[in-house]
Amino acid sequence: MTTILEIRNLSKTFHHLKAVDGVSFSIPQGACFGLLGPNGAGKTTTIEMIEGITTPTAGEIFYKGEPRQKSFLEQTGIQFQSTSLMDYLTTREVIELFGNFYPHSLPLEQLVALCQLEDFLDTYATRLSGGQRQRLLLAVALINDPEILFLDEPTTGLDPQSRRHFWSLISNIKARGKTVLLTTHYMEEAELLCDQLVIMDKGQIIAEGSPQGLLRQHFDSSYVCIDRGDFNCPLEDLPFTIEQREDCIAIASTSVEKTLSELVALDINLRSLRVRSPSLDDLFLKLTGHHLRS
Amino acid sequence: MQRILALWMARNREYYRDKGSLFWSFIATPFIVIVLAIAFSSGNEHLFKAGLLVEGQQQDLANLPFANEPAIDLIQYQDADSALRRVQFHQLDILIADTGTSRYWINPESAKGRILEKLLLAGDHREPQRWLRQEVRGQKIRYIDWVIPGVLAMNMMFSGLWGIGYVIVRYRKNGVLKRLQATPLRAWEFLLSQALSRLGIMLAVTAIVFTVCNLFIDFRMAGSYLLLLLIALIGNLSIISISLLMAARTASEELANGLLNLISFPMLLLSELWFSLDDAPEWLQAVSQLLPLTHLVKAARSIMLEGAGLIDVAPQLLVLGIMTLVCLAAAGLLFRWHD
Repeated sequence: MTTILEIRNLSKTFHHLKAVDGVSFSIPQGACFGLLGPNGAGKTTTIEMIEGITTPTAGEIFYKGEPRQKSFLEQTGIQFQSTSLMDYLTTREVIELFGNFYPHSLPLEQLVALCQLEDFLDTYATRLSGGQRQRLLLAVALINDPEILFLDEPTTGLDPQSRRHFWSLISNIKARGKTVLLTTHYMEEAELLCDQLVIMDKGQIIAEGSPQGLLRQHFDSSYVCIDRGDFNCPLEDLPFTIEQREDCIAIASTSVEKTLSELVALDINLRSLRVRSPSLDDLFLKLTGHHLRS
Repeated sequence: MQRILALWMARNREYYRDKGSLFWSFIATPFIVIVLAIAFSSGNEHLFKAGLLVEGQQQDLANLPFANEPAIDLIQYQDADSALRRVQFHQLDILIADTGTSRYWINPESAKGRILEKLLLAGDHREPQRWLRQEVRGQKIRYIDWVIPGVLAMNMMFSGLWGIGYVIVRYRKNGVLKRLQATPLRAWEFLLSQALSRLGIMLAVTAIVFTVCNLFIDFRMAGSYLLLLLIALIGNLSIISISLLMAARTASEELANGLLNLISFPMLLLSELWFSLDDAPEWLQAVSQLLPLTHLVKAARSIMLEGAGLIDVAPQLLVLGIMTLVCLAAAGLLFRWHD
């Protein structure tokens, strides 16, 4: 698959703080590529250096095999983590305004359909709900029919319903063959949308691959989870390797049936029993010792 | 051009849909003008004003007839033309020159001038016949005629400073500028669109306020409207350029507010918007020359009150033009989309 973006040894230092430290990766054309990590991992700094908003301290960025040209901004769409729009402009006027900045822009009707803006086309952008606002900002990012779309934490702060709605929009955009670079600290978002991802922590990449490939590479077990209060014996006496999570005790199990039999034999109350596959959060915890959202 | 027009239109929409801005522009300013007109319509000024033409020579003021009279404000003038214009328009009741030939000028249509003439002659017990009487004729200028260019300039100053500088700083703080930076839009296109939008708004608002107030008060307008428009245009540009310079990198609205107050207050006090600096210390008058509003108001007054032509206001146009170019160049060089 053709590489559309290649990042080599990218670094950014703010005063004495190294926000990004020698990050390298390549993004195949047409892929949804994720930068996954907790707040402060360096995701936004990395994506903003690639977008051209922030100047790197060191490193190289190649777009289609060459350093970025002035036309780069005409071929990319950007949605920032937090941004405002001008006051007293309606959704329609915002789209028309940004459409005028590009030599070629998608018709209003197409953007409205793609991002589902029909219901608030003549509402002031400042009066939109969080989900509506993010859909409008997505439409603004798509206005020039970009080859590559940068989405920086696009669903942060949205309610679960709006988040799932937004994910379906991104899936539609992926289906149109667009390349997407997405930063997120939601593991569900990364698992659902990303074909490939890098996991970042403290400005560095700590793992890289497809979500399923990474999980296969690092885990050969499932998790049997039971609420802490349902154990009638000291945890130290349990014959399993356990992990104390915020909401439960997780037992890593290569054979769920065998583990369940042993729990029954120990007379453990199984009313809160959940069995689940390892997630990217489990992977992050395994690699760093702390959770993605911590 | 398409980008500039689109942003120009967007900024205009922001302006006319903001009811607060409209109130300030169209209601507050005419209100101030009308209040001033009513307040000063009686011409109830308690002090006489006498001018002393010194023409570079030091004089012993103690020997002059009005030197010790508290009811008479005695002001020294270096420039005879400027002082005589004040006599002509009743802003000065009498002008005295007591070097070489002893002369005085009054406007025979000014009752205050005639009273001061009698006081001058009666007060000179030694040799009253030495005084040579000279007349200057001209219609009285009301305070409202004198102050209206100042009020309109003040409105332009506030509109220009806050309407451009504060808005750009707000755009920078809330991320609008960052969003614009992520498009092919260039910085100069953005700045030009903002400047053109505000320039158009300021000229339109000033013209409407001027016309409406003129219907009620009937200002003195002795000169060319076209020249007045030119002065307003260059004056507005100079204010806008200062505002753009202030906003080039500022990212805090609080700091911007402080800086805008720092810029506007000296102009409010020293640009002769409300009162003349004739009897102010020379150093203060020199400081006022550094302020664009001083030149804008001076030129506008010359046109409106004295019918000054292009040659007469050329020095002010030149100063305003230079200030505009310097500030615009600095703003363009210093501008950053985000902090």
